[in-house]
Amino acid sequence: MQVNENKDFEPVIVAFCCNWCSYAGADLSGTNRLNYPANVKIIRVPCSCRVNPMFILRAFQKGADGVILCGCHPGDCHYTSGNYYARRRMTLLFSMLDFLGIERDRTRVEWVSAAEGAKFAATMNEFVESVKKLGKNRRLEDLRCRKQ
Amino acid sequence: MDNKLKEQVLRSSQVNVLKCMRCGKCSGTCPSYDEMEYHPHQFVYMVEKGDIEKLMNSKSIYKCLTCFACVDRCPRDVQPAKIVEAVRLAAIRQQGNNHLIPDQIPSMLDEELPQQAIVTAFRKYTK
Amino acid sequence: MQRIGVFVCHCGTNIAATVDVKAVAEALQHEPGVVISKEYQYMCSEAGQNLVKDAIKEYNLSGIVICSCSPRMHENTFRKAAASVGLNPYLVEVANIREQCSWIHKDMEEATEKAIILGRAAIAKVHLNAPLTAGESPVAKRALVIGGGIAGIQTALDIADAGFDVDIVEKEPTIGGKMTQIDKTFPTLDCAACILTPKMVECSQNEKIHIHSYSEVSDVKGFVGNFTVTIKKKARFVDETKCTGCGLCTEKCPQKKVPNLFNLGLDYRRAIYIPFAQAVPKVATIDADYCNMLKNGKCGVCAKVCSAGAINYEQKDEYIEQKYGAIIVATGYNPIKLDKYDEFAYSQCPDVVTSLELERLMNAAGPNGGTLLRPSDKSHPHTIVFVQCVGSRCDDSKGKPYCSKICCMYTAKHAMLIREKYPDTDVYVFYIDVRTPGKNFDEFYRRAVEQYGVHYIKGMVGKVTPKSDGKIDVQASDLLSNEQLHIDADMVVLATAIEPDKTARPLATMLTASMDTNDFFTEAHAKLRPVESPTAGIFLSGACQGPKDIPETVAQAGAAASKAIGLLCKDSITCNPCVAHSDELMCNGCSSCEKVCPYGAITYLDKEFRMPDRTTKIRRVASVNPAVCQGCGACTVACPSGAMDLNGFSNSQIMAEVDAICK
Repeated sequence: MQVNENKDFEPVIVAFCCNWCSYAGADLSGTNRLNYPANVKIIRVPCSCRVNPMFILRAFQKGADGVILCGCHPGDCHYTSGNYYARRRMTLLFSMLDFLGIERDRTRVEWVSAAEGAKFAATMNEFVESVKKLGKNRRLEDLRCRKQ
Repeated sequence: MDNKLKEQVLRSSQVNVLKCMRCGKCSGTCPSYDEMEYHPHQFVYMVEKGDIEKLMNSKSIYKCLTCFACVDRCPRDVQPAKIVEAVRLAAIRQQGNNHLIPDQIPSMLDEELPQQAIVTAFRKYTK
Repeated sequence: MQRIGVFVCHCGTNIAATVDVKAVAEALQHEPGVVISKEYQYMCSEAGQNLVKDAIKEYNLSGIVICSCSPRMHENTFRKAAASVGLNPYLVEVANIREQCSWIHKDMEEATEKAIILGRAAIAKVHLNAPLTAGESPVAKRALVIGGGIAGIQTALDIADAGFDVDIVEKEPTIGGKMTQIDKTFPTLDCAACILTPKMVECSQNEKIHIHSYSEVSDVKGFVGNFTVTIKKKARFVDETKCTGCGLCTEKCPQKKVPNLFNLGLDYRRAIYIPFAQAVPKVATIDADYCNMLKNGKCGVCAKVCSAGAINYEQKDEYIEQKYGAIIVATGYNPIKLDKYDEFAYSQCPDVVTSLELERLMNAAGPNGGTLLRPSDKSHPHTIVFVQCVGSRCDDSKGKPYCSKICCMYTAKHAMLIREKYPDTDVYVFYIDVRTPGKNFDEFYRRAVEQYGVHYIKGMVGKVTPKSDGKIDVQASDLLSNEQLHIDADMVVLATAIEPDKTARPLATMLTASMDTNDFFTEAHAKLRPVESPTAGIFLSGACQGPKDIPETVAQAGAAASKAIGLLCKDSITCNPCVAHSDELMCNGCSSCEKVCPYGAITYLDKEFRMPDRTTKIRRVASVNPAVCQGCGACTVACPSGAMDLNGFSNSQIMAEVDAICK
């Protein structure tokens, strides 16, 4: 199957959002009717530090084209230090992905507070755009997992 | 309303006039206040309204000493002196023949030319 | 086999307008394990909930998925509904198809498709949901109030009234806070001391209230209902139980040149002091930085004159540990330092004062006994200039970005009091805006202008220059008449911005309470939960949460008290069951999880395990205290062997969601 990468390509994007800030921020962008592409599907986690690098690899394996992790701003974590853990873990994971030849723009960590609905929408628009440019994720996708 | 002029002033000054909360501290601090027809806070307000022609035709733009007291003391960091400078620049521009073309610059320079003059010229004619 | 019910909500037209709810219900009907899929107009309504309840009973459902608004909105509603018909509330999952789908997309087809995927993810997750039971933890029936200003005092009094023990921790030698330094209060002009000191006395006499003055909180452990707090009682070198507060030592002490901080350094006190006559507790304190006896062992006058034998030069800092159910933060505010604002010549000229200094200068118990005199030459000032918004409403680089809220009113008060007492004085107020929202506030300001003839000038002071003749040149702009003014003033009063106390930030770290960029404590919800911190069991009282005046502070103090009482009334509180747990068989006791846990919820046990060869072996394994764990999940990722998992957000559940979304 050949995917037309320029026009019709609709990437699959998984967003992990912490329950206290970013998920509330995502809700706020809905409340304010700020649009972002339907490609983004949000998974609620209690804190950004709950996101195991495994989840991100799993998403890529299953055919996601981009993964974004959103948490509270540094210093504002509901659990005091969770987002710092997440930041370190993701730095390591991303450098490993980089080593594997996965484009840097497929993954992202963003701090979105519960009051930043506009930022959430803007970030998602921007992220979907940049993933669209990269095209389909081929390197990490496990073809055995692809839906027939 | 001359939006082109306003845009030019805003671009060359790099000032966000919307930050002004109209406290008037710039005018309260200005040493050449009495010499001016339009005062620093009016510069900010009139640029916001797009009323730039009036400012350009006023002697006020040459009365500003560029001492930057207003820049230093403005609570909102609006930087009125940079606006005055930008309006002055707009006035100079209007007289024409005031843009430096990079290729021509080397031929204009000579040993005697003070460094400061070169820097000033860059500031005035290249923005 | 799971028996899952799916319920899709129209939310009127909020969802139905952009998502084809019938198609969603139809599509999800065919997911594995789904036995019933329904849609209804308002799922959260009584009728909608009954629909869910009936379906649970009729189809004997083992899990339900609600496709509706954000779980932050109605997750609890549906959990309660499920629990009422005997389904474990943690077998309910919500797919957010309003805030995160119908409201952000315009294209029906696209939104419907996304709603189906979100529904699938929730179904995949609910397949793996386990019934959870919330544990309970006891509540210690005692409250701690940090800060003994008017906010702390009011909170403590209200809690004590409800019959609970309250401790007040105050870092100064006396409670009372900033209000003790204020002369009169707006808009009624009654004397601050006359309304505050009775409350202070009430505190000291109430047997439920225990005052720890000259003390600080040095450590906080535990969680809501069960905090363990270490209070550091700083050595005051006077035995509190013996001192009678006669004040003889404070008259006899030979060290006379100690700046009196109560009067903001405008006069001097001795090295042993009682801050002011109505102090509570009325106990002397030795200032170790100035006391000759403590510095070089020579003197001892105070010990000689003290008939009660209360002086103890050997006293050490004392640490008290106490359990509390609730903590109320009332750390208050301070005026900012003015060294960044050289244009106002505050540090060069003694006659340029802050508003709080003016309060002391005008106070009957102040350095001049209530007569307003210039600090420099003790002469009567004839022209006084007030400058508003000094350091408030500034760009971040230049000062505080917020409005300090109280300055407009107290400046009007000062101007009015001066004009009343010294009608020969000219008073000018330079303002940017006069902000007087509040009951009788604008009337008060108008009275200053109309009745008392205070000159209000719209404009800002640009420069203050002390002159050689003792006068002060004030250069300012008058925006309305478009001119620059020069006023020969005798005194300049700066309405200084206020900021949270410096101790607030380290305290917030200890309490794990969140703060904004200005170091004000953040509330759990800006509108609906204004006196609670997002951290359970921590409440906010007074100016530590944002600038406010006395009536507002007292109102908030009462609100914080009632919230704390609500907590203390309970014998136990329900814990969040979504906590981490460790699989002992997989745990290798490496301590990775303990190191990342922000709450210290993880401990290690040596447990006996039976080996396949029938021998036993003692192994170190992690164990999570479910009452302390808050469920962040940091440990689950740190665990190298995968033994640690989180209830409600387990590895397999999140993976299942990922799979469902990527499919």
